[in-house]
Amino acid sequence: MTLFLLIFLPLLATPVVYLMGRVSNPAFIALVPALLFCGFAYYAPTVMELNTIVQHVQWIPSLGITLSFRLDGLALVFALLITGIGTAIFLYASAYLPRNEQTPRFFTALNVFMASMLGAVLSDDLLGLLVFWELTSLSSFILIGYDPARAESRRSAQQGLLITVAGGLAMLAGMVLLGSFGGTYRISELVANDTGARLSGSLGAVLVFLIAAGAFSKSAQFPLHSWLANAMVAPTPVSAYLHSATMVKLGVYLLARLHPVLSDIALWTPLLLAVGSLTMFCGAVLALRETDLKRILAYTTIVSLGTMVMLIGVDHSAAIIAMLVFLVVHALYKASLFMVAGIIDHAAGTRDSAILGGLGKAMPITAVIACLAALSMAGLPPLLGFIGKELIYEVALSGRVPYMVFAVVILANACMVVVAAVIALRCFFGQGAEAALPPGCKPHDPSARMWAGPLVLAILGLVLGLMPKWIQSLLGAAAASVQGEAVNLQLALWHGLTPMLAFSMVTLAAGVGFYLFWSRVQRCLHSFGVIDRWGPDALYDKGMEALSRFSTWQTGLIQTGSLRHYMAMSVGIVAAAILIVMVASDALIFPPLRADGAGAEFVLPLLLIAASIMVLRSRSFVQGIISAGAVGFGVAVVFLLGGAPDLAFTQFSVEALSVVILLAVIGHMPFRSADPRTPGQRARDAFIGVLFGFSFVAVMFSVVALPFNESLSDFFRESSFPLAHGRNLVNVIIVDFRALDTLGEITVLALAALAAVAVFFGSSRQDLPMDRSAPAISRKEP
Amino acid sequence: MNSVIFRVGSSVILPFALLLSLYLLWRGHNEPGGGFIGGLIAAAGYASYALPRGYTALRQVLPIDSLQLLALGLGAALMSGLAGLMADHAYLTHAWTAMGGMALGTTLVFDIGVYLAVLGAILTFLSLFLEQ
Repeated sequence: MTLFLLIFLPLLATPVVYLMGRVSNPAFIALVPALLFCGFAYYAPTVMELNTIVQHVQWIPSLGITLSFRLDGLALVFALLITGIGTAIFLYASAYLPRNEQTPRFFTALNVFMASMLGAVLSDDLLGLLVFWELTSLSSFILIGYDPARAESRRSAQQGLLITVAGGLAMLAGMVLLGSFGGTYRISELVANDTGARLSGSLGAVLVFLIAAGAFSKSAQFPLHSWLANAMVAPTPVSAYLHSATMVKLGVYLLARLHPVLSDIALWTPLLLAVGSLTMFCGAVLALRETDLKRILAYTTIVSLGTMVMLIGVDHSAAIIAMLVFLVVHALYKASLFMVAGIIDHAAGTRDSAILGGLGKAMPITAVIACLAALSMAGLPPLLGFIGKELIYEVALSGRVPYMVFAVVILANACMVVVAAVIALRCFFGQGAEAALPPGCKPHDPSARMWAGPLVLAILGLVLGLMPKWIQSLLGAAAASVQGEAVNLQLALWHGLTPMLAFSMVTLAAGVGFYLFWSRVQRCLHSFGVIDRWGPDALYDKGMEALSRFSTWQTGLIQTGSLRHYMAMSVGIVAAAILIVMVASDALIFPPLRADGAGAEFVLPLLLIAASIMVLRSRSFVQGIISAGAVGFGVAVVFLLGGAPDLAFTQFSVEALSVVILLAVIGHMPFRSADPRTPGQRARDAFIGVLFGFSFVAVMFSVVALPFNESLSDFFRESSFPLAHGRNLVNVIIVDFRALDTLGEITVLALAALAAVAVFFGSSRQDLPMDRSAPAISRKEP
Repeated sequence: MNSVIFRVGSSVILPFALLLSLYLLWRGHNEPGGGFIGGLIAAAGYASYALPRGYTALRQVLPIDSLQLLALGLGAALMSGLAGLMADHAYLTHAWTAMGGMALGTTLVFDIGVYLAVLGAILTFLSLFLEQ
């Protein structure tokens, strides 16, 4: 079993997944992630001894692009989370979603999403990582827009896509900068070469900013966080998957992965600290405002992501360990809580925590899951969440963190306590309000397929809290791959009476206090209407509106519908662009003039000038076309004398054809004979025409003035006959040396003809009389 | 357009234009000429024949539909590249054979494709115009 196979197995399995979604019970699809989980677990002992598994696959050899995959501690932690939680999610989704014609499509998208996540975390190549990164954006677009009939769902899917893809573009720029500076796109080589230490000054700052922008957009950092809360319109399995182990953690992953390269740059620590803690603060405030369970959980996800980003920014060896422990803690409890929220939604018909209560009696299994997960979220012993929180406080107390950030950490953790209490206590043991539930709802525990996954994850949170040694070496390997050196990692539940414990107590007290006055806190926070009106989400809408207003304005400006205007615009802009570039880059050169030459070389220009004047002075279209034809024939003679018989031949044919056809067209068209332009317009058109002519003369002069590089024409002259058996260089180039170009050109020609047919038949509503023996241009009956 | 001179003259032009275009296509690899020029000249012949006579007359002298001609040309050009693929070279690497001391290659197929595509495209535009 190779690493490569593990990544491509889900992609290869896609058709099978689709068929299974159609014909059999979709629960069997969960076998795919389960199998992958076993595959990755098989590598765990190797990776825990700080070995890495590397595999390269040639992708585009002519560009030197390989797909490199590398399994180290960090990648393995992510891969296990993706596939392990994936198994629970696939199983849960098979019972959660109604089986209909959407089912196969949904599971296919989920499967592709999982594969892209695996590809992203295992890629050792920056470009490969980026490709998989964008694939997760695309497949999450399909998943969030699960119900395309709803406008809300379309908007959220689009918002998620636009924000994450825009971030991806920034990241691409950053990666290209990093790759070209470091001389390699392979992350392990960038780390080994100590590229970060050589990056300095503004280049380093730009690089950090661009790459962090990508990571922030994916990991929903302030002010790019609004897509994540809106993605809650997706079905619950999607939210649970995207928010716990996958999509949003990818930004955190990237920051951790590039930490050894970029942490030497001065901007790194302040940027991550500031953005991370700002995100924590905003997420906490927004979470306390919400009553919808899924949206509350979404905002706490934002808080957690902020925490992780902040921790990566802290320049302290314990910070990475705290980040990794918290990553696992959060993935375990958040996945279970999301699935619990979905179960409540299914059973009680609502997710509004303001009216939910007393479900514990009717749903005992769900209540147990919710309590275990919530205790871990609140950071209470003996769960893994407690260890995670203690580690975070240890970092916060290390003296490397500003006081403001420390205060935000306490607020964020208190917020976690409140939300945990709302979900576990209020919904399951609070004052039951049966009457408030939608009619006909009998709360009940769901089928085992829905509770098995979250129960296992919640119990894991407890077991690992009691036995932290079980994940110690795995997380140690992950920390080693972030730090670049072996890390001494000792996890323990009980640290004794430490300052961290004291702060835990403070947090708990604050959280309980907030919880008791929850409804009052909510009312108070709701009074800040400015958040709704001017928050990032509202700004996103305003931005989109402004964009469409701008494009309406711009379309009106450019697409006037007047052919003369189009001509003036295109020709004028081309001329201006050429002249500006030439003058700015000082490329305007005049060739030395020669006074010798054959007689024709003097006569021809005079003829051409005379014909051009005739075009300008012509009183009718027929006159104008014939004069223009004369100019064209004159140019063909120039080609002929210049030693380009093929070009002259073509020019003659084209001229003859266009004169014949144009004359025929003119004969049919109701052209106004008088020139309708005002003198002002005529002057403007004349100016543009002169400018255009002048710009091309300038280009010609400059080209002629430069010494001619003969290497290409020498090559063609020498190799035309031996290689291509032809003496006509032009034709040999067209059909042999550059045949692909020609193929492209005749394809364009064909498309133009097809487009003309389409326009012609599209514009004529009436069924015109035509020859029925012409099948290819036959049109559909109206 | 309907002058007698043009009508009579163009009926003489068409066969000569077609012959000339085929000749140019054939000799194009070694002498001035080729598929592109050949296609243009053939199209000019058809255009001068059809303009005074109309669409029906064009259909009578054209064995197949102009879009089919275009498709045929594009197809021929595409197929000519397959020989290279089969010989394990890059696509559009032309293959050659010597017949009676004269080198013949898939370039000719490619050039015929260009000829037909150019002719087909112009005739499509022409017949759209004539149908109006």
